[in-house]
Amino acid sequence: MLKFLTRRLLLSLITLAILSVVVFLGGQLLPGDVGRAVLGPLADARAVAVFDHQVGVDRPLWIQYWDWIRHFVAGDMGRSFTFRAPVAPFVGEALANSVKLGALAFVLVVPLGIAGGVWAAMRAGRLSDRVLVLLGQSLGVVPEFISSIVLILVLGVWLRWLPMSADWPEGTPPLAQIRYLILPALPLVLVFFGYVARVARVGTIEALDADYTRTAVLKGLSMGAVMRRHVLRNALLPTITVTASLLGYLAGGLVVIETMFHYRGIGALIYTAARAKDFPMLEAGVLTVGAVYAVASVAADLLSAALNPRLRGAA
Amino acid sequence: MSAPATALREASRAAARSRARERWQTALRSKTLLAGVSILGFWIVCALAGARLAPLDPFADNLLATLAPPSAGHWFGTDQLGRDIFSRVIVGARDILIVAPLATLLGTVLGTALGLALGYLRGAVDDIASRVIEAVQALPLVIVALMALAAVGTSDLTVVLVIGFVFTPLIARTVRSAVLVESELDYVAAARLRGDGTLAIMFVEILPNVLPIAVVEMTVRLGYAIFFVASLSFLGFGIQPPSADWGIAIAENYSLVGSYWWTVLFDAAATASLVIGVNLVADGLAGVFEA
Amino acid sequence: MSDALRIEHLEVSFRVGQRERKVVSDVSFAIRRGESYGLVGESGCGKSTVAFAAIRYLARNGRVSGGRIWVDGQDLWSLPARELRRLRTHSIAMVYQDPGRALNPTTRIGTQMAEVFEVAEGLKGRVALERAAQMLARVQIASPERVLRNFPHELSGGMQQRVVIAMALSMSPGLLILDEPTTGLDATVEAEVLDLIEHLRAELGNAILFISHNLPVVARLCDRVGVLYAGELVEEGPGSSVFRDPRHPYTVGLLRCMPAYGARKNQGRLETIPGFLPAPGTITGRCVYADRCANVTERCRAEVPPAIDLGGRMSRCFYPERAPDLPRQVAAPARGAQPGPAAHTRTQAHEVPLLRTHHLSKTYRIAGRPLQAVHEVTLDLWPGETLGLVGESGSGKSSLAKLLLGLSSPDAGSRVQLRGEALPASADDRTREQLKALQMVFQNPGSALNRSQTVRRLLGRSLRLTRLVGRAREARLEELAESVRLTPQHLDEKPRRLSGGLKQRVGIARAFAGGPRVVVCDEPTSALDVSVQAAILNLLVDLQAQEHVGYIFISHDLNVVHYLSDRIAVLYLGRLMEIGPAERVFSGPHHPYTEALLSANPTLENEGARRIRLHGELPNVLNLPSGCVFHTRCPRKLGSICEREEPPLVDAGSGHGIRCHIPAAELATRAPVVSPPG
Repeated sequence: MLKFLTRRLLLSLITLAILSVVVFLGGQLLPGDVGRAVLGPLADARAVAVFDHQVGVDRPLWIQYWDWIRHFVAGDMGRSFTFRAPVAPFVGEALANSVKLGALAFVLVVPLGIAGGVWAAMRAGRLSDRVLVLLGQSLGVVPEFISSIVLILVLGVWLRWLPMSADWPEGTPPLAQIRYLILPALPLVLVFFGYVARVARVGTIEALDADYTRTAVLKGLSMGAVMRRHVLRNALLPTITVTASLLGYLAGGLVVIETMFHYRGIGALIYTAARAKDFPMLEAGVLTVGAVYAVASVAADLLSAALNPRLRGAA
Repeated sequence: MSAPATALREASRAAARSRARERWQTALRSKTLLAGVSILGFWIVCALAGARLAPLDPFADNLLATLAPPSAGHWFGTDQLGRDIFSRVIVGARDILIVAPLATLLGTVLGTALGLALGYLRGAVDDIASRVIEAVQALPLVIVALMALAAVGTSDLTVVLVIGFVFTPLIARTVRSAVLVESELDYVAAARLRGDGTLAIMFVEILPNVLPIAVVEMTVRLGYAIFFVASLSFLGFGIQPPSADWGIAIAENYSLVGSYWWTVLFDAAATASLVIGVNLVADGLAGVFEA
Repeated sequence: MSDALRIEHLEVSFRVGQRERKVVSDVSFAIRRGESYGLVGESGCGKSTVAFAAIRYLARNGRVSGGRIWVDGQDLWSLPARELRRLRTHSIAMVYQDPGRALNPTTRIGTQMAEVFEVAEGLKGRVALERAAQMLARVQIASPERVLRNFPHELSGGMQQRVVIAMALSMSPGLLILDEPTTGLDATVEAEVLDLIEHLRAELGNAILFISHNLPVVARLCDRVGVLYAGELVEEGPGSSVFRDPRHPYTVGLLRCMPAYGARKNQGRLETIPGFLPAPGTITGRCVYADRCANVTERCRAEVPPAIDLGGRMSRCFYPERAPDLPRQVAAPARGAQPGPAAHTRTQAHEVPLLRTHHLSKTYRIAGRPLQAVHEVTLDLWPGETLGLVGESGSGKSSLAKLLLGLSSPDAGSRVQLRGEALPASADDRTREQLKALQMVFQNPGSALNRSQTVRRLLGRSLRLTRLVGRAREARLEELAESVRLTPQHLDEKPRRLSGGLKQRVGIARAFAGGPRVVVCDEPTSALDVSVQAAILNLLVDLQAQEHVGYIFISHDLNVVHYLSDRIAVLYLGRLMEIGPAERVFSGPHHPYTEALLSANPTLENEGARRIRLHGELPNVLNLPSGCVFHTRCPRKLGSICEREEPPLVDAGSGHGIRCHIPAAELATRAPVVSPPG
C-alpha cells in the first residue's frame, strides 16, 4: 500500500510539473510586452525597457521558468502587475472562498446524485429511470449563468428568500455566510447532479447484474443486506474517481458563477487577471487550481485502493 | 453471374434496405429524438431566416422606449437601448449555431484521429501524450479557454479553434479507449497477417467500428459546446457585440434583473431550450444506434 | 419423502423488444433425494434458464408463464419472500461458471463464507469463521486459515471454485445445482473438481442437478440425464440408457457428432446434423426437431409429439424405436484419405520440412520478473500433415501460434524456417509470398471478423495478397466461398447476421484465400456447439486433402486432436514435453503429464479407466520450478534429479520423443491409461 501511495504521489508531481510548464508557456504566449501593458501605451520606450528588466521578462525562458517555479513552491507567487502587491495573499483568500462555495455545492450534489443514481438503477429500464437520466442530462447542459438567472428571479426577486449577491458584509459569521452561498451553489448542483447520478447509476446497474450479487441473493440474504454488503460497495467505486474531478472543477471552474454573484473566488480572480493580462496572478491562480485537482485526484485514488483490493497491486 | 445467384444477391440487398427502413422507423418513434429535432429545427430556421422572421429590426435603437415591459407592440419588451427583445431573441440563435457546431466538428475530427493513433500505436508516444492530456485536464475547460483567448484575441474564428482544440483531448480519450479494445480483437491480427499497413488498419479496419462512438460523442459535445460558447460570451470572451447573441444580451443586462426581468429571462429561456433540444437529439441518436 | 426437485410442464418466456419468446416449453422432470440428474444440450437450448427457474432467479425480462416447480415439497414460485430466503439458505444452492465472478471482489473470503452461517444460524465473528474454515478443509483446501484472509483475485480458478462449492454446501442443502461449473477450467483441474463433487455427494447425500454441454462429464457424474433441444425436453432416462441406447433422433445425432474415442480422420468423416439450431420459441405446432431429422414423416411436421413413456425413460418422438436406425449423413471414408496409420507420406529422406522451429522462445517481463511463455521449442511440420498441439492454460500454445505467425516477437536465438528459408520474426517484415504461405484460423469467430465489413469485402481484402484483379478476383472469391460451403447470399451479409459455424467458415475461407502451405488453427471449434464442430472439422480435413496444406491444430479437446492429427505435441509451461505420432502419444509410452491429461479427459467410453490425479497447483509462472518444470506435480517423480536437471528429449522409437528422466523402456511398461478401441 505504501508503494502504491508513493508511486501515485510521484505521478501527481510529474503531472503538476508538466502543468506548470504548460501554464508558464501559455502565459508567455499572451501577446504584448509586459512593460507596455502595465505602463500604458503612452509611456516612453526606455521606461518600458527598464520595467521589463526590473521584472525580469528579458531573461531566457528557462531561467524565468526555473525562477518562477522555485519561488512558487516556496510560497512566493510573485507580484501582481495590477495591484503591485504579492500575489500569494490574493490567491490564498480567493482559494479559501472558492473552497467554501465548492464545498457547499459538493456536500449537496454528491449525496443527491448518488441517491438519484442508485434509485434509478433499481428501476432500470422503467419510465422513472428514463426520466431521471434525461432530466439529469438536460440540466447538465444548461449553462450555469442561465440557471442562475432563473434562480435569482425566482428565489431572489420574486420570493425574496435568498440574497442575490454573495458579497456579504464584513464580519458576517460563518454560519450566516451559508445563506449567501446557497443561491450560487444551486446552479452547480443542477449542473452536476446528472453527471454524478449517471455514474452512480451505471455502477449500481453493473453491480446488480453481477454474479456476486446473485451469489449473495442465493445465500438467502435479505435485499437490504445484499445492497449494503455487496452491491453498494462495488457500485460506488467508480463514483469516487468521478467526484475527484468534480472537486477540481468546483475549486477553480466557478468563473461564471463567481462573476454573476460578485463573489471573490479564485475563478473570478483568474478571470480578472486574464482580462488585465496580469501574468503573475494569472499563472499562479491557474497552477493553484491544478494543484488542488491533483491533490483531490490522489485522495480519490487512495480511497479507491482502500476500498478495492485489486487496485493495490497495480498502480 | 448466374441468374439464381443474382436473384439471391438482390434478395439480400432488399433485406438490408428493409432493415435500414426499420431503423428510420425506430428513430421516428423515439419521442425524445422528435422533440429534440423539433426544437433544434426551430432555432435553425430562426438562425437562417431570422432577419426576415423578426417583426422589428433587432438592431434599431429607440431611445424613447428603453426598458419597456412586454406589451402588444413589443412581445418581449425592450432593452436598455430600446431594441425589441423578441426580434433580438430570434436573431440571437445565429452566431452560436455557427460557432458551436464548427468547434465540435473540429474537435471530433482531430480527437478521433488522435484517439486512433494513440490507441493503436501505443508505445512511448501514447504514454507521454496521455500524461500531457491528463495534466491539462486538471484544469477546468473555462480556465483553459480564458487563457487561450486572452492570448490570441477573441473572434468567432479563434473561439472555434480554441474550443475545438480544448475538446480534442476529451474526444481522443473516449476514442482511444474504444480503439484499445478493438486492437485486441483478432480481425486486426488477421489484417496484419495479410500485409495491411498501419494506416490501412487504423482507417479501414478500426475506424468504421469506432465511428458510432465518435458520432455519439460529437452530439453530446455539441450540447457542451453551446454551453461553453454561451458562457464565454457571457464573460466577454466569446462572441462579440454588436451580435444579438443571447449570452451577450444577458451579460449586458443581468445587473438589471431585479427590476427589469424581461431583459434577461427570454434570452435565458431561449438558451436553455436550445441546449436541451440538442441534448434530446443526442440522447435519441444514442438510442437509435444501440438498437 | 418428497422429491428434491419436481418440475411439471414448465414454461418460461422472455420479453425481447416488443415480443415475448417462449424459451422453455413443457419441461417436466423430477430429481429424487440423493439422486444426480444431468441436463444437457447445446447453446440456447434453455438449460440454464431451467436452472434459474428452479432457484427463482430469472432475469428482469423473464417470467414463468406456465407450470409448477416444487423444491423439497414446497411450491417455489408461490412462496412468500421470507420463506424463499429460508429455502435458499437451507435447502437449495447453486454453483455456476466463472467462480472468480461469483465472489465479491472487494470482500475477503472469510467474510463472504461466514455470511452463510450468520444468516442461517445467527453465528457471528470468530465462531462463524471457524465453521467456514471447516468447510474449506472439507473441500480439500490445504491452508484454510490463510485462504479465509485472501481476496478472491488472489486465488487460482480451481481454488475459487472450491470456495464457491464450500459456500454452497455449508448448510448441507438437499439440492445442489451446478451450471457448467468446470467449463473454463483446465482438464486436470476439472477432473479434481468433479472428483470433489462426487466425494462430497457421497458424504452429504445431497441431490444434484448438473447442467452442461459436455456429455462425457455428465455421463460420469449423473444417474439420470435429460436432453434439451430448443427449449424442450426431448429425451430423458438413466444415463447409461440414454447414452448407450438413445431413443430420440437428436440424441442419436449428437452422440454421433462427437469423435468416438480413438477415431481417426482416415477412418471416416465425422457425422453431422444438417440444418441450424432454431432459436427457442420459433417452432410451434410441430416437432421441434422435424427440420433436421432424417426419420421425419408428415406426422412430425403437423403435430407436436407428446412425451412418450418408455418405462423409466421418456422420448418426445413419435417413433422412438426407429431412433437407433437413424440414417447416417456420412457413409464413406474421407475423400482423398489413405488407410493406414499415417495420412500423409513423408517420402524422401532429404525432403525439406514445411515448417521448422529452432529454440523458439518468448519471454515476457512482468514487473521486472521474466515470464517464460515459450521455452526452447523445436518442432517441425511436413507437407499435408496435421500436427496437434495440446496443453492447458499456461502451456504456451497460443503464444507459440503468435510467434509462428509473426504476431509477437520471439527472443533472440529463435528461428523459424518455412520450406527451408528463414522467416522474418515479425509479420510486418514478411514478403507477400511468405504471408500467403502461413495463415491462421482464429478461435473466436466473433472477434476474428471485422463486424463492419460484409463477407465479400472481408474476403476481398484478403485476396489482395494474390494480386488478382477484376474478373479473376471475383471468380476466385466465389470459388473460395463455395469451397467452404457459403452461398452467394452469405457473401453480402455482415458477420453479425451469421451463426457461429458460418462465421468460422468465413474465417477458414480467409485463411485459404492466398493458397497457403501452412494453416495454424487455434482452437477453431472451441467456441462452437458439438453439432457445428463436426461440420467444421470435416471441412478442414477436406481442404487439407484438396490443397495439400499442413495444419498446426491447437486444442484442449484431446479427442478432437486425436481424430485430426497425424502427430501430436504436448506442451507444459512453455516447454515441449512430448512429441510423436498420434497413435503412440495416445497409447503409450506416455510422458507422466500426458498420462495425467489423458486420464483427466472424460470420454463416454473410458469410464473404467485408471485415473491419475495431479496434485498441487500449477506453479507460479513467474517462479518456475528448477530442473524439470513438471516435478512439483509429477506422480512419477524419480528423485532429486528431477529438481536439478531439465530432462532431454529422449527418443522412444518411431519418431516419438519424450522429455523425461525415466527411460523410455520403463515408461513403456506401464499399462496405457485407456485401452485402444476394438
